[in-house]
Amino acid sequence: MRWRLPRGRSLIIGVPWLWLGLFFLLPFLFVLKISLAEPALAQPPYTELFSALGDGLVSVTLNFGNYLLLLDDPLYRAALFGSLKIAAISTLICLLLGYPMAYAIARSPGHWRLPLLMLVILPFWTSFLIRVYAWIGILKGNGLLNNLLLWSGLIDQPLEILHTPIAVYIGIVYSYLPFVVLPLYATLIRLDLTLLEAAADLGCPPWKQFLQITLPLSLPGLIAGGMLVFIPAVGEFVIPDLLGGPNTLMIGKLMWTEFFSNKDWPLASSLAAVLLVVLIVPFVAMRHFEQKAGEET
Amino acid sequence: MPSTRQFTPDSAWQAPEGEPIIRIDQVSKRFGDFYAVDDVSLQIHAGEFFSLLGPSGCGKTTLLRMLAGFEIPSEGRILIDGQDMTAVPPYERPVNMMFQSYALFPHMNVADNIAFGLKQEGMAKSERQSRVAEMLSLVQIEKLATRKPHQLSGGQRQRVALARALAKHPKILLLDEPLGALDKKLREQTQFELVNIQERLGITFIVVTHDQEEAMTMSSRIALMRDGRVEQVDPPRRLYEYPNSRYAADFIGSVNLLEGFVLAQEEDRVTIRSEEAGTDLEVTHGQPLIPGTPVTLAVRPEKVRLQTTENRLPNALSGVIKEIAYLGDVSIYHVELPTGKRVQFTQSNIQALAEQPLTWEDSVELGWQANSCGVLER
Amino acid sequence: MSKKGVLKRRFPLLLTLLVFGYAFLYGPILSLIVYSFNESRLVTVWAGFSTRWYGELLQNDQLLSAAWLSVKIAATTASGAVILGTLAAMALVRFRRFRGRASLQVMVTAPLVMPEVIIGLSLLLLFVAMQETIGWPSGRGQTTITIAHMTFAMAYVTVIVQSRLAHMDRSLEEAALDLGARPVKVFFTITLPLIAPALMAGWLLAFTLSLDDLVVASFVSGPGATTLPMVVYSSVRLGVSPEINALATIVVLLVSVAVLVAGVLLYRQEKRAQMEMQLTQANNQATK
Repeated sequence: MRWRLPRGRSLIIGVPWLWLGLFFLLPFLFVLKISLAEPALAQPPYTELFSALGDGLVSVTLNFGNYLLLLDDPLYRAALFGSLKIAAISTLICLLLGYPMAYAIARSPGHWRLPLLMLVILPFWTSFLIRVYAWIGILKGNGLLNNLLLWSGLIDQPLEILHTPIAVYIGIVYSYLPFVVLPLYATLIRLDLTLLEAAADLGCPPWKQFLQITLPLSLPGLIAGGMLVFIPAVGEFVIPDLLGGPNTLMIGKLMWTEFFSNKDWPLASSLAAVLLVVLIVPFVAMRHFEQKAGEET
Repeated sequence: MPSTRQFTPDSAWQAPEGEPIIRIDQVSKRFGDFYAVDDVSLQIHAGEFFSLLGPSGCGKTTLLRMLAGFEIPSEGRILIDGQDMTAVPPYERPVNMMFQSYALFPHMNVADNIAFGLKQEGMAKSERQSRVAEMLSLVQIEKLATRKPHQLSGGQRQRVALARALAKHPKILLLDEPLGALDKKLREQTQFELVNIQERLGITFIVVTHDQEEAMTMSSRIALMRDGRVEQVDPPRRLYEYPNSRYAADFIGSVNLLEGFVLAQEEDRVTIRSEEAGTDLEVTHGQPLIPGTPVTLAVRPEKVRLQTTENRLPNALSGVIKEIAYLGDVSIYHVELPTGKRVQFTQSNIQALAEQPLTWEDSVELGWQANSCGVLER
Repeated sequence: MSKKGVLKRRFPLLLTLLVFGYAFLYGPILSLIVYSFNESRLVTVWAGFSTRWYGELLQNDQLLSAAWLSVKIAATTASGAVILGTLAAMALVRFRRFRGRASLQVMVTAPLVMPEVIIGLSLLLLFVAMQETIGWPSGRGQTTITIAHMTFAMAYVTVIVQSRLAHMDRSLEEAALDLGARPVKVFFTITLPLIAPALMAGWLLAFTLSLDDLVVASFVSGPGATTLPMVVYSSVRLGVSPEINALATIVVLLVSVAVLVAGVLLYRQEKRAQMEMQLTQANNQATK
């Protein structure tokens, strides 16, 4: 490709790289930096790490207090583990619900597949905020669900679902379900059906075909799709804020509070830094299995 | 098929006077450590129908792409019409290419596809239209001018691709597996059409193909390639009758190979002692060989015949028929010699049902003329 | 044959699951639409059909100006994201080897999953630091929100364009070069028309993502720049309101139309890509 204008080539690569480098990569360095500062009553509300002492000398003041606080205070630990737990359980439910849907769509008649898939994606395009909001009307004490259950006589008094972890689970599963159905569908549709015929021909009953052929071959899609839910769910703010209660501790919500209510930018930054580090492992796993799912075509 | 060909298959090919239109000068192409093309030199003359033949991965397509300008040689030079083209971009070369996938622009109709190259050189609209019409009639698809590529059959697409590549009247047309996507019947028919078009326009054609029959049918000369190198460059007949390596002998047609060494060298013939054959074999061979040289004798199955009482052939071997493949026009017999070596021979099935057909375990006596086999040095 | 067999055997179970899944996805949205036409302010008590909340919505100046700001930001974001995302996709698909390829790959994947709170906070800190050192951007508002939205929306555009480019027969562009078109001309006459459906789909997706974002905008916004989701959020925090239901209905309607258009575009593109692939495959198979 040397005949291409070298200028054209470096422009095509350079522009998106510089944009992302400046507005995606570089900001993380500032998160790290500010997480080592101290809050101050100033504009912006934190202390400078570097201060000139004259004669070209610069003093660096690093404050690891934020990280020590995160380690020490049970509130933050609980928030971190709470986030991981809620995200993990929601991811599992998403997969359990999404897998059969993806499977059914992939095995439906050809001209049905695209409309069915579009119907899964459609809610993802409508406002996330509005979809979460819809659940408030359904789950609250005198909401739709309780009215329905009371009317049908299944319960005597309203269930308390809103402002509990259950509501958060419902919210996350509902919002992120399309994210698992899509990659799973992509994996399942590529599955060579003659493999199942071969297995059947060799005497394998259907349920074993599923366990021994379909499931292992769709594992990369399963993991990649799971990570697409898990990673953003760990840092979710809107869902725990609107559907969760005061006891639903999640790190994203905590960060928001530290930042907007307590104006403690350094502490919010250190929370973001910790969250970032925690999410590296699932991110690497996701990239690995995405590539794997892409290769097995 | 009209016989206006410059190079008849029977006459040995003679390089015409003057500078070749393409001169490939010690060209190599590396991808990392891998040599896709390794020190290739070729001279192709104006008006030739030249084939690059070889199995996939032999470097023939890379060589073609270097002629088109899509790859730059790592070493060496390419001259077209005396001008150094080594680093000239594809859009400034006097060559056009017909792609293996045809690469028809799906968002343009047939006429626009054909006119695309003409527009790039700024040809006036009226002239362009008449050129497109000329091309459409050349490949006999006048009625398809306003169709989109996806509305065409495979054979029609192939014609559009050819017309588009010819529209600019390039000096040289490069064709990457031009018939590869067609089914067998259509392929055989199109081979002759390609030759006719080439003769009518007098454009130099360079064809990449992996199909030896295709190369044999169409080419003035064939360059047989292997692992990035050119093994042999010759007209089809010479390549078939006088392969200069085991690879060449084996790649084109089938061949019996018998190992041995030179026992004696006379004026125009060599005697070869072959343990595999279990006897001494005679070959008329152009070049003198020193006795003791290990050689391989190559003889094509159709040259091997049954001995008859009235006409004794030299190089007599006897054996037992072990396998028979009936192909309709011919049958192939595998004969096992007493040494265990198997030799193939073919017979035309002249009668619908031969009175006394050869069958398994029949003992036969075979032979071939001393001038219908070749010697390959090992 | 076997496809039918598999379906027939498991169809009842799968059908039930599908119906349940779609009910789960669409029930809440339907409930919003139904109650947006409810006369009563008490959202869960049905008091008769009425369009009064739509009327009140149109009287709500704060909400309308926020919506206008959001649309402006979303349109700019979508246009910028399509340009950036297309460049990134071209770089990743077309140039196999270059320095920074791996990092570019990671940087376009990460925003797809990165929690919004991190993106928002980190960009805010960058903007603050930039303002202190180079004086730009002076204050935060529409510009900073647009930059932030372009950054994560371009990742989605990249994914869409990347898959289209990867399925495109490379020799189409080579053929154009071979016929004498210069690289820039090849891009505008061949590449662009062929990836146009993907660009449109990418634009629409970037538009809705921007229109929808609450968290990132809240971080990087300044006084005076209040987007629609921010207004909705502050209203929703106070509880369910029929006006928001009416707004939701309008959004759902608009988005459905947009998605339908995008879906048709993508469907056509998919078909074309399939056709091209079949062509190439047929040719390759015949030569192997």
